[in-house]
Amino acid sequence: MSVREPVIFEYSRAGRGAHDQWPAQVPAAALDDLPAELLRKRLPTLPEVGELETVRHFTRLSQLNFSIDTHFYPLGSCTMKYNPKACNQYAMLPEFLARHPLAPESQGQGLLACLYELQEMLKAVSGMDGVALSPMAGAQGEFAGVAMIRAYHRARGDLARNEIIVPEAAHGTNPATATMCGCVVREIPVDAEGDVDLEALEAVLGPQTAGIMLTNPSTLGVFERHIAEVARMVHDAGGLLYYDGANLNAILGMVRPGDMGFDVIHMNLHKTFSTPHGGGGPGAGAVGVGTRLLPFLPIPIVGKEGERYRWLTESDLPQSIGRLSAFMGNAGVLLRAYIYMRMLGREGMRQVGEYATLNANYLLKRLQDAGFDAAYPRRRASHEFIVTLKRQARELNVTAMDFAKRLLDYGFHAPTTYFPLLVPECLLIEPTETETRDTLDAFVAAMVQIQKEAQEEPARVTSAPHTMPVRRLDDVRAARQLDLTWKPTARP
Amino acid sequence: MAFIPHTAADVAAMLGTIGVARIEDLFDEIPPHLRVRSLAGVPEALTEMEVGRLMSERARNDGVALSFLGGGAYEHHIPAAVWAITTRGEFYSAYTPYQAEASQGTLQLIYEFQTMMAALTGMEVANASMYDGASAAAEAALMAVRANRRSKSARILVPRTLHPHYQRVALTTAANQGLKFEPLPYGSEDGVTRADALAPYEGQDVTALMIQQPNFFGRLEAVDALTDWAHARAILVIAVVNPTALGLLKPPGEWGTRGADIAVGEGQPLGVPLSSGGPYFGFMTTRMEYVRQMPGRIVGRTLDTAGKDGFTLTLQAREQHIRRARATSNICTNQGLAVTAATIYLSLLGPQGLRRTAAAAHARTRELVAALTRVPGVRSAFAGPCFHEAVLRLDRPAGPVLEALRTRGILGGLDLAGYYPELGDALLVCATETKTGADIERYRSALGEALQGVRAA
Repeated sequence: MSVREPVIFEYSRAGRGAHDQWPAQVPAAALDDLPAELLRKRLPTLPEVGELETVRHFTRLSQLNFSIDTHFYPLGSCTMKYNPKACNQYAMLPEFLARHPLAPESQGQGLLACLYELQEMLKAVSGMDGVALSPMAGAQGEFAGVAMIRAYHRARGDLARNEIIVPEAAHGTNPATATMCGCVVREIPVDAEGDVDLEALEAVLGPQTAGIMLTNPSTLGVFERHIAEVARMVHDAGGLLYYDGANLNAILGMVRPGDMGFDVIHMNLHKTFSTPHGGGGPGAGAVGVGTRLLPFLPIPIVGKEGERYRWLTESDLPQSIGRLSAFMGNAGVLLRAYIYMRMLGREGMRQVGEYATLNANYLLKRLQDAGFDAAYPRRRASHEFIVTLKRQARELNVTAMDFAKRLLDYGFHAPTTYFPLLVPECLLIEPTETETRDTLDAFVAAMVQIQKEAQEEPARVTSAPHTMPVRRLDDVRAARQLDLTWKPTARP
Repeated sequence: MAFIPHTAADVAAMLGTIGVARIEDLFDEIPPHLRVRSLAGVPEALTEMEVGRLMSERARNDGVALSFLGGGAYEHHIPAAVWAITTRGEFYSAYTPYQAEASQGTLQLIYEFQTMMAALTGMEVANASMYDGASAAAEAALMAVRANRRSKSARILVPRTLHPHYQRVALTTAANQGLKFEPLPYGSEDGVTRADALAPYEGQDVTALMIQQPNFFGRLEAVDALTDWAHARAILVIAVVNPTALGLLKPPGEWGTRGADIAVGEGQPLGVPLSSGGPYFGFMTTRMEYVRQMPGRIVGRTLDTAGKDGFTLTLQAREQHIRRARATSNICTNQGLAVTAATIYLSLLGPQGLRRTAAAAHARTRELVAALTRVPGVRSAFAGPCFHEAVLRLDRPAGPVLEALRTRGILGGLDLAGYYPELGDALLVCATETKTGADIERYRSALGEALQGVRAA
């Protein structure tokens, strides 16, 4: 068991510091124009530590993490594929880093060319007619998408349309987004094979329908086979179709949301286009739209006139839903996605969809052959699939959570657990295309071993993990005895 | 090819295990008429060597100018250690820390970040960050509507001295939820929000007042009086602050008698490169009594089953993956890497280094304004002190003057004509600790030449 790494403040010593990083002290007279009542009376309680202690501390913290660079990370719905080093290196060229967001377009034609071409490539792979890059995460892309749907209906004087239909298995962001856009959420069930229940859909459609939000392949890891019928029904009712791009990796280069009938899509560039997850962000949630929603795209967008690129803003798009970020969204993330897409090229796009699907179906079959239960055994896996441990929970009292924690001891990040909620004791497993067959086989071996432990020595599994920096954490205590900032005094 | 490691033998064996002949067979549930016909819009693949050459050419083409631009994004020295550590694969390629036992590094770092942001703003609690300063301000407005139970109006008073892009983002984000943003005028002589701008709201139901300090013009608002005015009327105060400035300026938690209720701001100045606008991060801090109304991820310290300290995401009952349509926000990430950079940056600067940085930026800006206003045809737009930005008025159109400066390798500031037409030919200029006396002199002399080349309006 490792020793605890102190909180950085515990290293602090009055008067210590990384002095070489500080600018020279300015004479007091340089500050004499600032009114005393607007000044800080005490310095903030920041750590006083040297550069080496800082480097060691944060390097040690990094070593407490699992990451793609160190571990297989089969986290369903998150597409934890390899983040190529070239994408980081060339997005961090000094000129790109130094460019101010308000610098003139003439000082950024290289950057703008990359962003323009990224828009064009995303249009091509999504089958959409326009793309805006500024949303800074998938959830913000969702927000932009639903806001555009609202703006579209409103512009047509169709003011009653305020309902967004969401399948019960959808990501929590879908209903949360609909609420943020001032809509009412209508949840509909899926059938026993994981497809949308068309009768239930018919029953909720009407003159109040703004649109439907779908992920396809769905969060159940299967392709929505009735998608053409769903699109016809929703369009006939006057609604629009929103594509949640969380699972775009499954069909990249194989099927395009635009061809399925979707009117608007967000694409998680940190999933399908391999920009880093960064321990929670920054992501990028570019949005694509069909012709009907083009006038409503969020600004800014990159336009091209002859050989010159420029930002399109309010004056170019007077009906735009507006601005989502102070500047141009996560430009540095967009550059990484651009570099990735250029390295993959047309053929590479198709290979992503193919090999992500191959890996998922292989892993599913191997786990089934080893005795694990698929949630949808009669369906093909998309790029991910669900294993349900309902039987193990009932017979052995070992849950999906226990398997997940024990996998950490075997050097594998846990799959997504307990999502989607409608499948009991589920593990949502997404291997991605960048993993070798050997890694997948090793994962199966670990699952088989854990199953054996669950039968012979269940406490070993239910008390896992045993080899991580900490054991299972007391979440109830965390929420009840809130300790959100470090204090020099004793803890609560 | 696409970073796919499979050998032909792997593929054959895997297909054999699945029981299909070709990869194509795995797509047999997809209706054939939906399959892709053309990806013509995607060019052929480039090798890493080729893409490296392309990107280097484009970067070189953009170049690096001597910049006096501010307006919400600021050039500061970034210690080499900051990004050397931030881009370590263990931070760079980790996911959101749902599996706490396998994410203690990221979680402890966020806890340290929350502590630093709370200290800097003088507030009790912080979240793990928002997308950027503008989105944080918009979320703060939504949060204020939830937190101020005595107000029914969802009216937010927004000084025109708030960054104009923040005003637009607030509108985009919150207008569909019925929030109303009411602009407060600024004094034409001093460029700050005046007490008489508040008079029309006397006796009315108002939910919150936003105050940016320093404001968009770089001027210092009378934060104590504004905060006390609001609190005397049960109006919440949302502070929008620059984190570098807080090395020197009074923190929001000490504004007026009771302090601001929510503080937000753009985190970019804390070790995050300008990078054409992102990725940055927004920070948000508040009083403990409002913590359950705060959006975004929050990390707490707790104990593991062996009694050892550990860190975990907490108060998740506010969030979309639990509360779905009733969540405080749809946000489900923070800006992890940028937060990592900021936490390392603040550790290296510490209280003294941050104060020195703030003081140097202020001193350089005073020198810049003094130098530029010696040029005939240039004067300060507003009376009174600035932090590290100032508005200058020119006697001829700012656009051509800026273009003339650009051809001399200088980005001379932001033309305010599109934002504040009433200011006439005005420039927002900024200097930080990165500018030397020689840089300022170069700007002064180039401005003199540039003005001579542009005819007065």
